[in-house]
Amino acid sequence: MTNSEVPEKQSILNFKIDLINKRQQHGSLIPLLQSAQDSYGYIPEKVIHYISELVGIPSAEIYGVITFYSQFRLKPLGKNLIRICEGTACHVNGAKSILTVLQDELGISVDETSDDGLFSLQSVACLGCCSLAPVIMINNQTHGNLTTDKIKKIIKKYKAEEKVRVAS
Amino acid sequence: MKTVKVGLGTCGISAGGELVYNKLRDEIAARNLDVVLKETGCMGMCYEEVLVEIEDNGGSALYSKVTVDRVGRIINDHLVNDKPVTEWIVKSKDIDKEKAFLHNQNRIVLRNCGVIDPTSIDEYIARDGYNAIQTVLKNNTPIEVIDLIIKSGLRGRGGGGFSTGMKWKFAHQEKADQKYIICNADEGDPGAFMDRSVLEGDPHSVLEGMMIAAYAIGSSEAYIYCRAEYPLAIRRLKNAIAQCESRGFLGKNIFGSQFSFMIRIKEGAGAFVCGEETALMASIEGKRGVPRLRPPFPANKGLWGKPTNINNVETFANVPWIINNGWDKYAALGTEKSKGTKVFALAGKISRSGLAEVPMGMTINEIVFDLGGGIKNGKKFKAVQMGGPSGGCIPASMGDLKIDYDEIVRTGAIMGSGGLIVLDETTCMVDLAKFFLNFTQNESCGKCTFCRIGTKRMLEILERITEGKGKETDIDLLLDLANKIRNSSLCGLGQTAPNPVLTTIKYFREEYEAHIHDKKCPAHSCPALITYSVDQEICKGCGLCIKECPVNAITGSKKAAHAINISLCIKCGKCFEVCNLDAVIKN
Repeated sequence: MTNSEVPEKQSILNFKIDLINKRQQHGSLIPLLQSAQDSYGYIPEKVIHYISELVGIPSAEIYGVITFYSQFRLKPLGKNLIRICEGTACHVNGAKSILTVLQDELGISVDETSDDGLFSLQSVACLGCCSLAPVIMINNQTHGNLTTDKIKKIIKKYKAEEKVRVAS
Repeated sequence: MKTVKVGLGTCGISAGGELVYNKLRDEIAARNLDVVLKETGCMGMCYEEVLVEIEDNGGSALYSKVTVDRVGRIINDHLVNDKPVTEWIVKSKDIDKEKAFLHNQNRIVLRNCGVIDPTSIDEYIARDGYNAIQTVLKNNTPIEVIDLIIKSGLRGRGGGGFSTGMKWKFAHQEKADQKYIICNADEGDPGAFMDRSVLEGDPHSVLEGMMIAAYAIGSSEAYIYCRAEYPLAIRRLKNAIAQCESRGFLGKNIFGSQFSFMIRIKEGAGAFVCGEETALMASIEGKRGVPRLRPPFPANKGLWGKPTNINNVETFANVPWIINNGWDKYAALGTEKSKGTKVFALAGKISRSGLAEVPMGMTINEIVFDLGGGIKNGKKFKAVQMGGPSGGCIPASMGDLKIDYDEIVRTGAIMGSGGLIVLDETTCMVDLAKFFLNFTQNESCGKCTFCRIGTKRMLEILERITEGKGKETDIDLLLDLANKIRNSSLCGLGQTAPNPVLTTIKYFREEYEAHIHDKKCPAHSCPALITYSVDQEICKGCGLCIKECPVNAITGSKKAAHAINISLCIKCGKCFEVCNLDAVIKN
């Protein structure tokens, strides 16, 4: 079980406060879904129904909005979200080989989560750090000017940190 | 007293800027130095990150490529003993190593980026900040403001290039109880990052531009629609808005006038099509970001059916400068029909990648070679890609082309938001076209049939060409589909989606033909069309490639030349990468 499956009480509380604050506002659906995802790590089905009742939009329509935007997910993520940039600058500077190494190292493909729940891999259109191409983003941290060696080291570091955390 | 500034835009941070900042902070505290440490935005020289500037009695020294290990010596020599470490400095009173990059620029939009602390409203005010809005509130009627902007010649920097002042005029003429201003910060073009830098490095200039626009059209409410992929930009914007609210720069009766205004941030949720204005408005309304037919244009019926004016980040950031310095100064820059400056994001196979702001009308060669320092690793300049997935490739042979909106359109590309990706001889143009089609195909919202299915078919054709399975009729089929998609799509995404294919066929048709007829990739890039071999003369038999090969296709004993078994090789290119002697050859 990963951390994102067990959201802290506080974050759910924040979400509920958000719900109450935002339901009166115009166009609050997307911010509410973002808030739900921040709290739970994904958007659970029961939350869709809950939001539906509050804002008076049918669940099916909410589902349509969720699946339209690439940011939203209906399944929990691994502990670390790795986003690989597939922008033009990254593409011409070898993002493909970075992706291959990542997939080898993690044993997963794009849009999958590793068995230990440590990593999820996503590809994104552009992270906007083109001068650092090729680039990946792990959680909210950007790593640039990558080489196949560098990426291996970065993944190793994350795995080592997890080991330390488990041991303590 | 000395001031130390660390460039902490996303580029600076990912180059290790925060580590440098923390080290500086700790060392300054430990030694109890009388030094002010600050953060600042992107200085534009992304290729020299991490950048640290030390200011002292008016003089300044800019250190490049600062690492944690270098901090100790910089503190010791420069801050304590007043002896700057000259070999690490790129710019100071006596040193000017990056002359070509810095002196060819004219920074209007980026006037404060990398200069001020973006988290401090006072530093913005100290550089004429919120002066322009006060001036217009006091001295100008909304119509006068619109007239000023029309005369300045400012055109929309998001890509379309429509006159900003005219856009304001249309929204101004509408009568409604509520009008909206929207700042389009959904910078989705892969290869463009100037809006991110402005939002991160100088958020107040965007807010001030929005205020002036709101006053001009008669709006009291605004939204900034910002990509969720830009967390730092969102943080800086939130901070800037809160500062304005607490000072009374946003809210009711701003600067003692009748003008009231509030700004909210809406985070995007990851959909490229939301950069299109009608899709963007649908997204703010909480719906799927699907474009609708225009007219009615947003200026008549926009957000929630109310008149709405949408401009992008760079456009707004220009506005306060134009008011402060006069429309004539702005109009004096640039070409006949494209006035002012444009920020270009230089990336790809270029030596100096970063942000450069130059007057319109500079040639492609001047930007690539004079500013950008030419091509990385001594390779040959092949083309520039402009305008992202809606744009196209302009070949090196047209390097003397002056960049302005209309000239670029004539080539088949578009200015777009100003992403300029430089390509060298190792870039396959068919592969690049495939890359963009893959992008637009993914991002098509699905509303128009030709965009939804046509781009998919085009992608499939390009895929088979790069796999060496192209048919004789494929080029004609691509052109035919391109035409139909262009004519049958509702929004800019579909209408321009074929551009990358059309321009590469126009200027690099022989590359398509080589793939189709000869089953060869002239750039040695498409894996299906290349083979790897080992040069028996050069190979020293170190065994590195044998170790790296994932499918054990390489054999050979130590200190004897190795060989690749072509029937086993999966063409991953790892041997080519690891060989220190360049003994692995691509054919």
